Amino acid sequence: MTQPVSPPRGSTDKVQPMSELPAWRTLAARADVRTLSLLGVLVALIVIGGITKPDEFLDTRNLQLVLTQASVIGVVTVGMTFVITSGGIDLSVGAIVALSSVWATTVATQEYGFAGILFTAVLVGVGCGLVNGLLIAYGGMVPFIATLAMLASARGLALQITDGKTQIVTIDGILKLGERDSYILGIPPLVLVFAVVTIIGWLILNRTTFGRRTVAVGGNAEAARLAGIDVRRQRLYLYLLSGLCCGIAAFLLIILSGSGQNTNGNLYELDAIAAAIIGGTLLSGGRGTITGSVLGVLIFTTITNIFALNNLQSDVQQIAKGAIIVAAVLVQRRTAASST
Amino acid sequence: MPESTSSTSFTSRRGLLFGTAAASAGALLVGCTSNDTKNEKTAANSQPAADDKPGKHITIGFAGPQADHGWLNAINDNAKSRAKKYSDVTLEITEGSNDTAAQIGQIETLINKKVDVLVVLPADGKALTQVGLKAMRAGIPVVNLDRIFNTPQAYRCWIGGDNYGMGLSAGHYIGEKLKDKQDAKVIELAGLDNLELTQQRTQGFDAALKNYPNIKKVARQAADFTVESGQAKMAQLLQAQPKFDALWNHDDDQGVGALRAIKQAGREDFLMVGGAGALSAFQAIQADNSVLKATVLYPPTMAASAIDLARALGQGKGIGGLAEFEIPVSLTLYSAVVDKDNVGQYLATGFR
Repeated sequence: MTQPVSPPRGSTDKVQPMSELPAWRTLAARADVRTLSLLGVLVALIVIGGITKPDEFLDTRNLQLVLTQASVIGVVTVGMTFVITSGGIDLSVGAIVALSSVWATTVATQEYGFAGILFTAVLVGVGCGLVNGLLIAYGGMVPFIATLAMLASARGLALQITDGKTQIVTIDGILKLGERDSYILGIPPLVLVFAVVTIIGWLILNRTTFGRRTVAVGGNAEAARLAGIDVRRQRLYLYLLSGLCCGIAAFLLIILSGSGQNTNGNLYELDAIAAAIIGGTLLSGGRGTITGSVLGVLIFTTITNIFALNNLQSDVQQIAKGAIIVAAVLVQRRTAASST
Repeated sequence: MPESTSSTSFTSRRGLLFGTAAASAGALLVGCTSNDTKNEKTAANSQPAADDKPGKHITIGFAGPQADHGWLNAINDNAKSRAKKYSDVTLEITEGSNDTAAQIGQIETLINKKVDVLVVLPADGKALTQVGLKAMRAGIPVVNLDRIFNTPQAYRCWIGGDNYGMGLSAGHYIGEKLKDKQDAKVIELAGLDNLELTQQRTQGFDAALKNYPNIKKVARQAADFTVESGQAKMAQLLQAQPKFDALWNHDDDQGVGALRAIKQAGREDFLMVGGAGALSAFQAIQADNSVLKATVLYPPTMAASAIDLARALGQGKGIGGLAEFEIPVSLTLYSAVVDKDNVGQYLATGFR
């Protein structure tokens, strides 16, 4: 127990240069088993989709559709993965997406065109993240409470700004980005943004000091502090990062839906947390995987897609979704247990 | 009948009844479905009753749900602006809430303030029945707006929309458009499935389609009444159904998203009918540059009429044009179809 490196939390030892190589290897090996089991679930879903609706499911347009629908929540989930990895939680992501999207689509902002909307969306997201971060890191608030407060107030503010009305975007440049003409080599721009955010997120978490600090803070904050990490500043940055992701997601949602509404991003917090947990990120912190989170998002989106293609009604969809979450986590536990 | 877009549709019994009532009581929102007001776009809204002479001063208490949706917001606006038109009416309006307990508290406050009449649009009709009863027992007549209480004892008068009728109107409109087409396929983008009104809209739609054996409903998906859900569910439906002839979408707000998905998929090979009566839908119908060809009304003007009814109750008036001395117990609004031919008449009632 007094050992500086506790094996189950494999990644915390990454701050110790001497054990860098073997720790990295065991981590990689374990991640592989987890990732493979998730991939297995995804492949099984694809087979189900292919059998039930071969023409509609196995179609390029459907692939584009699934990836597009995964993009908005996917970007949010990347930010969420960092926060959970550090042992925190961000319940305000959906509300921040709503607030960013309505602030960015107010008439005043629309006068400044494309750049104005993008800038406002990102700025509002980062602003909310900053408030969350300050409250948690320097105000000493529990993340659950601080972000719950943000959830309530950001939704309230979004409602106040819109007065319950749907704000329709009239800027052609933005609307065009969601349409077929602007696909690049068959890839929708939204999906490209999602891919770039994912890659950057993966690099930060796995290849930078910032990533290692995040894991360390989540594994054992006190140990991290003793190791010379400024835990508070690290936490501030993490909630900023989550807010930034929400701002980007809000912009994607504006492209997708052509509007800003106070109901945007409804229940994103639950979807993002579920995707991250299914992906193998520990809710207690200390371990996070971007690849897993993204696979989690893809699994959810694919399920929804298969349900809709087979014309299943919402009640059946909800029951099945719950069952699949349980199944995925059980399968994962089993594979993870057998590999350690 | 409902699918007819000319003014002759108002010769239906219901239309006639409403037309007469509106012509004389004028204030009733049903006036907007009668032809005599069509020339002046705000006539139906701004020119209250024929027997509009100020009566004794009354205070009307208004309690509605949180306006987080275009239609509910329009409800509040309609109630406020109608009350302002009467010099003899004071409106006590509470903050909207979707929390049942909070709304009960607000209504109790209004009862304690001894308002003369109460207008209540409950977030949940069943859950608020008790407080409706309490008001009635305290001698305050209740005008129950739209979402209905569990028992008639809890209200003196109910006015609201016709969800089943919305489905009927949409089904008949689509049916008439496709009646000469063999093996026609229609799909439905429903609203929130956990609301009873969504089920009623679907039942009405299915009932109307039974009259057209050549038409088959091939798919139905429920969205959440939001733009975001409308876009997401419609995108899936379009992928699931490579070929169909008509779409009924329950709600114009989610329709903004649905139209985006249709544009993004580059589809224009079908006809779309919306629901509720949002300004953006009216504008799209008028511009006639998308698949959206019509929308079925669920008029938020009912809130203005509720104020009229409350005032009549408070001042002991009946409705001019009816033989009865008292105002009726219930008024169900007609779900008229608005398409290119008559959209000009309705534009002013469209909500954002």
